[in-house]
Amino acid sequence: MKYLPLLLANLGRKKMRTILTIGSFTVALFLFGLLGVIDMSFNQGVEVAGVDRLIVRNKTSLIMPLPIAYKERLGQIQGVKDVTFASWFGGVYQEPKNFFPQFAIDVDTYRGMFPEFIIPDQQWEDFARDRQGCIVGRKTLERFNWKIGDRIPIQATIYRGLWDFTIRGVYDAKREADDTTQFWFHFNYLNERTPFPKDYVGWYTVRIHDPDNAGPVAKAVDERFANSSFETTTETEKAFMAGFVKQFGNIKLIILSVGSVVMFTLLLITGGNMSLSIRERINEIAVLKAIGFGPVRVLGLVLAESIGYAVIGGFLGLSLCKLFTLSGDPTNGLLPVFFLSHETVLYGIGITLLVGLVSGSIPALVAMRLNIVDAMRRV
Amino acid sequence: MAIPLIYNVRSIQGRFSSTLVALFSIAGVVAVLIAMLAMASGFKKTLVASGSAHNAIILRGGATSEMESSLELEQIKIIGDDPRIARDSAGRPLYSAEVVVIAALPLRSSGTDANVQIRGVSQDALAIRDTVKLLKGRFFTPGLAEIVIGKHAQETYSGFDLGKNIHFGGRDWSIVGVFDAGGSAFDSESWCDANVLNQAYKRPENLFQSMTARLTAPAALQDLKNAVSTDPRLTVGVKSEIAYYEEQSVMITTLINVLGFLVAGVMGIGAIFGALNTMYAAVSSRYREIATLRAIGFRGSQVVLSFMLESLIIAFLGGLLGALIILPINGYTASTINWQTFSHMSFAFAVTPDILIQGLLFSLILGFFGGFFPALRAARRPIAPALRGL
Repeated sequence: MKYLPLLLANLGRKKMRTILTIGSFTVALFLFGLLGVIDMSFNQGVEVAGVDRLIVRNKTSLIMPLPIAYKERLGQIQGVKDVTFASWFGGVYQEPKNFFPQFAIDVDTYRGMFPEFIIPDQQWEDFARDRQGCIVGRKTLERFNWKIGDRIPIQATIYRGLWDFTIRGVYDAKREADDTTQFWFHFNYLNERTPFPKDYVGWYTVRIHDPDNAGPVAKAVDERFANSSFETTTETEKAFMAGFVKQFGNIKLIILSVGSVVMFTLLLITGGNMSLSIRERINEIAVLKAIGFGPVRVLGLVLAESIGYAVIGGFLGLSLCKLFTLSGDPTNGLLPVFFLSHETVLYGIGITLLVGLVSGSIPALVAMRLNIVDAMRRV
Repeated sequence: MAIPLIYNVRSIQGRFSSTLVALFSIAGVVAVLIAMLAMASGFKKTLVASGSAHNAIILRGGATSEMESSLELEQIKIIGDDPRIARDSAGRPLYSAEVVVIAALPLRSSGTDANVQIRGVSQDALAIRDTVKLLKGRFFTPGLAEIVIGKHAQETYSGFDLGKNIHFGGRDWSIVGVFDAGGSAFDSESWCDANVLNQAYKRPENLFQSMTARLTAPAALQDLKNAVSTDPRLTVGVKSEIAYYEEQSVMITTLINVLGFLVAGVMGIGAIFGALNTMYAAVSSRYREIATLRAIGFRGSQVVLSFMLESLIIAFLGGLLGALIILPINGYTASTINWQTFSHMSFAFAVTPDILIQGLLFSLILGFFGGFFPALRAARRPIAPALRGL
């Protein structure tokens, strides 16, 4: 600690370079955080998928429905604990750019299936009583400045006409990665007003007794409905979500790989800068040694300086990234979750320390082994 | 008199290695920016190329995409009788009543399912879309479970080979032809008979999702719109096919553009730091030179100008280099899911002149910010101590 003034004086001697080095480190770590955020928002569904839940959809594709009668039959399959279902509504609030997902849900069973979503009991009861009621995720509620009791008109695109809903409750999520942009309403209301054949649902979510048993149960479900006019494909929630992510295909890969290359380049340049600034002062280090600093102490001093650069830059970068995510999703609802995860922060700290250590270690070793006489002569 | 340009050129030569670092970092930023913009514009171009100014697409009123729309045969016939619709040599109106569904089929690359768009069309589909040409095989026979596949679909999904059968919608379809849609979104689709597709997907007979009609002339669109909107039997919306496909690209292009600019913007700040470092180093190693320039009568503003010019030249060269490096990405095929149609689509990166200009402008902005402050410092330095120093 007593060397702190010396360290600070060293940081302050070429202010501009210090600022630039720390600045580019800040940028690198900001970029790192941003890539983590982007990766997270693409992978969100996979991250939060319940291990004990299966998704049952029409074998042909997700847009094809399944009969509501399957609920009963799914419940009878060995290993299945609970069953719920939902349908995609695909409506528009005011204009298409105000996108958020709307689901028609089975009011009796949906809440029990997704314990990660928290709704006060009173609100849920209000919702259950009101056929035109809806529950809105916190993010969507705040995005449009809605409050409980508001009437929300949604223009149907698949189902026809203007649909009115009354907000009866708002749901929050237990984890940051959970999607709180959804909008739920009564399946019965949809079923009543639909211009299409009644009693068809979009997909089923099934909870199984034993997560290790997911494969056999999924197979049993598909076999149960094989050769019927509505064949099914059943997979774990994770696999289902991963399927979506895979379909994003190259876009995600390209953005992430480009970003990573850049980040590493930035780190290399920064590392180079830091070692440069230490190499320039080699004769000063010789002076330190001449007045009695031991090799280990010199090593420590130099390392402390480069780690100091890194830590300040890393801290700034990650904090800025955090601030940036607080201002919300920049694409206006296309990315339902947009936040800096603890994991990313931990990796960021790891990278910070590593770069600080590596870029400082070569000049530090040089400094440690420095022959005083040689160094002094160089001046 | 301004400081001659040759001074800057020589001094760049003099500090070749540090100039290279700045140049390459700017080249990298510009390359990334161009790549991102080319990805978004390629995606959009692919969709827009699917439309033709000669065609109108008719959807149910209020529907924003074919997926959401539905049209009865009756309505389609009424619109088909409109004089603004072109006729073939036999005097029949040229239109295709279409059904669009998706089928989940395994990708060649990963074996996992992706949504392939299946379009049920009428016999005239090829006559209306003149960009679509059969490459191999033949068109499907009406009434049979036969399918023709787009060339990107063929590359993307396993089992998509001429002469083979694929299974979806509860039946087998034989692949009888492969078509080339000139790089448009149709290349990722597969086409079959609309009525057969309706049966397979257990949809009501004679219910379609969209109607694409050949207009007598592009200018006839407005007349058709007017005629359709005043007809009480019709509740439909008419759009030019180009406008329709442009709308279908909005979500993904927004996503790519926002993320692309974000990443490139952050990189740009990084590159400015790099440029600043180089220019500051350049300035501080040349205090004596600068002082000499001032001493022989050049004004401070001229020194600033000269240094700015130097920085801009480096940045512009970097931008040029970045553009050249990334140019081969033009035409590179990528694929993604389009949320608006819910299906998988291949598209080619498109590096347009616009994008190149944007990239070069960006490099100049980087050069400006990278050079301005060091140039100021150079000019403000008092002359006498600088000359005496070192």
